[in-house]
Amino acid sequence: MYRRLILMATFVLALALAACAAPAAPAAAPAADAPAAEAPAETSDPFRIAIVMPSSTTDLAWSQAMYDALKSVQAEMGGEASLEIAYSENMFQVTDAAAAIRDYAAEGFDLVIAHGTQYGNSMFEVATDFPETSFAWGTAVDTGTEQGLENIFAYEAAADEGGYVNGVIAALLSEANVIGVVGPVEAGDAKLYIDGFKKGVMDTKPDAVVNVSFTGNFGDTALAAEAANVHIQAGADILTGSAQQVVGAVGVAKENGVKWLGTQSDQTSLGPDVVVANQVYEWTGTVKDMIAKIQAGELGGTAYNLTLANGGLVIAYNSAVAVPDDVKAAADAAIAGIEDGSITTME
Amino acid sequence: MLNELFTLATLIGILHSGVRLATPYLFAALGETFAQRSGVLNLGVDGMMLMGAFTAFYVAFNGGNLWLAVAAAIGVGCLMGLLMGVVSVTMQAEQGISGIGLYLFGLGLSSLLFKTLIGSVESVSGFPKLALPLLSDLPIIGYIFFDHNVLVYLAYLMVPVTAFVLNRTTFGLSIRAVGHNPEAADSLGVSVNRVRYVTLIIGGGLAGVAGASLSIGLLNVFQENMTNGLGFIAVALVYFGSWRAVGVLGGALLFSLVNALQLWVQVLGIPIPSDIAVMLPYVLTIVVLTLTVRQIQQPAALTKPYERGE
Repeated sequence: MYRRLILMATFVLALALAACAAPAAPAAAPAADAPAAEAPAETSDPFRIAIVMPSSTTDLAWSQAMYDALKSVQAEMGGEASLEIAYSENMFQVTDAAAAIRDYAAEGFDLVIAHGTQYGNSMFEVATDFPETSFAWGTAVDTGTEQGLENIFAYEAAADEGGYVNGVIAALLSEANVIGVVGPVEAGDAKLYIDGFKKGVMDTKPDAVVNVSFTGNFGDTALAAEAANVHIQAGADILTGSAQQVVGAVGVAKENGVKWLGTQSDQTSLGPDVVVANQVYEWTGTVKDMIAKIQAGELGGTAYNLTLANGGLVIAYNSAVAVPDDVKAAADAAIAGIEDGSITTME
Repeated sequence: MLNELFTLATLIGILHSGVRLATPYLFAALGETFAQRSGVLNLGVDGMMLMGAFTAFYVAFNGGNLWLAVAAAIGVGCLMGLLMGVVSVTMQAEQGISGIGLYLFGLGLSSLLFKTLIGSVESVSGFPKLALPLLSDLPIIGYIFFDHNVLVYLAYLMVPVTAFVLNRTTFGLSIRAVGHNPEAADSLGVSVNRVRYVTLIIGGGLAGVAGASLSIGLLNVFQENMTNGLGFIAVALVYFGSWRAVGVLGGALLFSLVNALQLWVQVLGIPIPSDIAVMLPYVLTIVVLTLTVRQIQQPAALTKPYERGE
């Protein structure tokens, strides 16, 4: 009997610890970054945004790009008193994410962001039950108007545009004319990026070879690193890749002195000597526009697309790596061509 | 394209990659072999690895000696093993559930510590490549086996060490007895629970090194959930290897070599859908598992907490 009690006590403790610590535990989710519920009410209530993400806020890729944007909008608006942000990260299980989305909606957040295509079905269900709450999701274009929903925003990044520019840079910098791509899963944002990248290389240097591999995963850092090793052994002297697992591949590039082109977030810090340029997703404009619309009473219906032309996609060079002027000029020409429509970034 | 796969350079590349990829699996699965042979199924390996990976990275990131980093990872891994012992051996909680709890604990705590103490993905200089003198000069073999960082060699060294401890020492005899027939072992004066604590702690220490082999050996970064479930595959490899060190080695190598092979298949542009290619290691491991004859029975007391009959 005594032991039973200790056992139960241990269990409760373990569960409590897991709930506090494990980011996957939806029970702990709403607590995340939000000020305590009993925070003194300001004269005007803050705008409240909650976001559910498939990876972590520090992934140097998909999730971090959006989280950083929320943070910078928050700073611009005047801190937590004006914009409250709550987040649930590492929600690789859609069922967990669905529970978190519903929790946030029930808690009265003004905008609930489902930051992954895979969350779409769950979010649409919740959005039907909470017509007064705004929802946003991406990579997506469907705002649910066909289903009669008026409270959904959709967003996507034209990853192929920056992919194309990165491809132009890669083709011109490669001496071996072999370029390696460390991909996650052949779908969505990664596929857009890689398709654009390949087109950029081919339009610039038709005889170059682009080898593409996928790990079948977004978080298999060890396999992504080995994929980079294989590309280098197969002769590649420039690498690129997508998803949070590429931090492993950037490390391998650094070790071998092979150049890297990044996407989604600025990955320069991981390889200050080898990262040439990054396509950076700049979601701040999208976030600000959604907030303005919601405050004006428009809860959804807009589909956003980050492009080079609207400033949502930015090619950020690493100043520590010298890029020849003609390469930069070619990249600028590609950007101009994409913006005015004279270059198509997809096959 | 297919003929490119069978060139000497490619085959050497596959073997080289496979040998390296197997490293974390070996450490983790050999550690788990100790625990399972004594009758404890610890599903928390992945969480212990994450804690080890973070600890080693943190020490190295703050300018600590790399061996100190490994020692710290072992220490933290041992503590995680001890925690599993308290819950599953002393408290006799159901092993599967407490293992999952340990995993979530390690996953959450390592993420929390990372966010609090480091904050963003950074890189460190980990163990450099250490080409072994003479051996690395051997044609072909030298590059495949002796052109890696020191933790890779250690992982392979742990195979005979594990086999020796389990099969040739009194302690190993106690482990096997406790896992097979705890009542008999107890009647002969072997403390069942103490042996299980020790094997869990050894397993935790090795899982800690497995994590360190990623964060300061192969990848030189720490990222939340960077093991990506690798520890669960390590648990499966123990079953695959019939609870023997050599079997675990075979399983880890098979899985890693096929993984390296499928990467090469993709890089060479052999027209197989990538979804099929990434399935290959898992499918082949299952096929081999079903085709091989099971020679060793699983430890009879596996997953059963021991309670002395009155």
